Amino acid sequence: MKKFLLALVLVLSLVLFANIKVGVVLPMTGGIAAFGEMSWQGIELAHEMYPKVLGEQIDLVLVDNRSEKTEAANAVSRVIDKEKVVAIIGEVASAHSLAGGAVAERKHIPMLTSSSTNPLVTNRKKYVSRVCFIDPYQGAAAAIFAYKNLNAKKAAVFIDVEQDYSVGLANFFKKKFQELGGNYFIEFFKTGDQEFSAQLTDAINKNPDVLYITGYYPEISLFARQARMLGFKGPILAGDGAEAPELIKIGGDAVEGLYYTTHFHPKGAATDMTKVFVEKFKEKYGSEPGAMHALGFDAYLVLRKAIEMAGKADPKAIAKAIREVKNFPGATGMITINKNGDAEKSVVIDMVKNGEFTYVTTINPANY
Amino acid sequence: MEVSALSGATFLQNLFNGLMFGGLYALLAVGYTMVYGILRLINFAHGDIMMMGVYFAFYASLMGSPLWLSIIIGVSGAAILGFLIDRIAYKPLRNAPRISALITAIGMSFFLESVAVVVFGAVPKSFTSVFNDNNKWIMDKTWNILDARIPVMTFLIFFVTAIIFLILFWIVYRTKIGMAMRAISSDIPTTSLMGINVDMVIGFTFALGSAMAAAGGIMWAMRYPNVFPYMGFMPGLKAFIAAVLGGIGSIPGAVVGGFLLGLLEIFLVALMPGAAGYRDAFAFIILIVILLIKPDGLLGKKSVVKV
Repeated sequence: MKKFLLALVLVLSLVLFANIKVGVVLPMTGGIAAFGEMSWQGIELAHEMYPKVLGEQIDLVLVDNRSEKTEAANAVSRVIDKEKVVAIIGEVASAHSLAGGAVAERKHIPMLTSSSTNPLVTNRKKYVSRVCFIDPYQGAAAAIFAYKNLNAKKAAVFIDVEQDYSVGLANFFKKKFQELGGNYFIEFFKTGDQEFSAQLTDAINKNPDVLYITGYYPEISLFARQARMLGFKGPILAGDGAEAPELIKIGGDAVEGLYYTTHFHPKGAATDMTKVFVEKFKEKYGSEPGAMHALGFDAYLVLRKAIEMAGKADPKAIAKAIREVKNFPGATGMITINKNGDAEKSVVIDMVKNGEFTYVTTINPANY
Repeated sequence: MEVSALSGATFLQNLFNGLMFGGLYALLAVGYTMVYGILRLINFAHGDIMMMGVYFAFYASLMGSPLWLSIIIGVSGAAILGFLIDRIAYKPLRNAPRISALITAIGMSFFLESVAVVVFGAVPKSFTSVFNDNNKWIMDKTWNILDARIPVMTFLIFFVTAIIFLILFWIVYRTKIGMAMRAISSDIPTTSLMGINVDMVIGFTFALGSAMAAAGGIMWAMRYPNVFPYMGFMPGLKAFIAAVLGGIGSIPGAVVGGFLLGLLEIFLVALMPGAAGYRDAFAFIILIVILLIKPDGLLGKKSVVKV
């Protein structure tokens, strides 16, 4: 927290001598604050390593949206109107990126999200792009993994009705799982709920082979605890919303063996930048980086590359250049951004083993 | 929306789920209702005092204190905090219109949340670290009863609720300070004429209510070990609804209201799984219906407003 405040003060003081201003909109407090902090660490590291573009200093303006949808939209307006940024990095959650992206689109400022995977985030937008894969990929990869690797024939799918990310992820999982020959049924919950025993009692009665929980880590860890207490012994599967150290701290033994789909694992990626990133990250923060760190890092680098390609700090030109980035070596792998603004990548499967995030396999849904 | 039938074991499972969940609401609602009963103040900061209590216990154990000491530190820390909040924020407003105190309470709620964000950090912390290998079973152990799996926590919550209820009952109806509290609840100026230190009694009430919030919060954090600065907001609001449901100002009412609200929420989801996303909305609908039909709540006394 102290570091964050210090960074905030530093950033704000830098604003006075503005060169190229880039807004960063993240959830630094609230329900998914861990994601905001991790992304910010990645962005900060990238900024430290490559602080300049076109011979000018890049200034980052960090704004917190308290993990709220409305605040996400407000924060985007604020950095555009008040801080006059030329581009924005953020948000983390799809629901926030949808709210903030609409503002960025209207005001013609490019927004590059690091980890919002819902397809709607970039759909029919010119200014919103991302450096991660989309949920049709992630959901399908989870379905393939559940069916082929875990041998599951019947899945209980838990949907967070408040998160566009969750609804999208569940839909693509269901589609692929059914295509492969599996059955599923659905249960609902809501961000901020803590008591899931009623849904879980209902689900466990229907004897599923796997629980697929499509929320974020605070809910996933409580789900796992309560599912194990209610006697569910099968595997639990989740999306990239699971990957935060808090998952293991809160979930304890209950999340041991939990699988999730994600973007990056130091053991699963292989560009030269990955090595540099992992090394520098350990040097700066003293721990192994995760997917959110790597994606934040990549978002900054891709944006910087796009500004370079545009040749000037002009929002319109930057937005166009972002979608022309091809085969850029990032920490999470080779990044090619297609004309829809989505990155094309394969999906990494990790699991919690002995209290650590461990690499399991990589799945490219296009091959199935 | 689809309504599903429940089998015997499922019903029993949900009954216990609901009772545990309701017990947590009841623990919080008791403190809420007590402050209201004495001061006619809806203390919106109650949930945030609960959060502070949980953090006190969390940091105490982080510094190496054993479980029992952490709980005592959490509970007494919250009690001191409650006393101070009354002195600093509510006491100067004793004779002001009631709405001023209400607004101050809302402000106090935001203040405590913001302080927690700055001091404790915004990232959720895990309450599991309060437990070591010897006493971890309290959190994780379940018993099989007639095909239903009942966490040990359920019985612990019942037990704590019962103990707190008895202590409170004893204080309010069998001690001098309890008598003073009851006197203040009906007429503050006259009570002070009787030579009773009204501010001291009100401060004591706040300390007691806050200690109960912390006790409830620690139980809450044992069941949902996700500790973060906004963790008290929803439980506080639900405890308020539970208190209104049972009859705000009435201590048995708060217990009944808490259990009832927990059961209603769980059975809403159990019977209509599709409605799980609307359970908070459902709780607020209960609040509105109660206020419309029986504003004094289930066990509340009809209040007479003196003109």
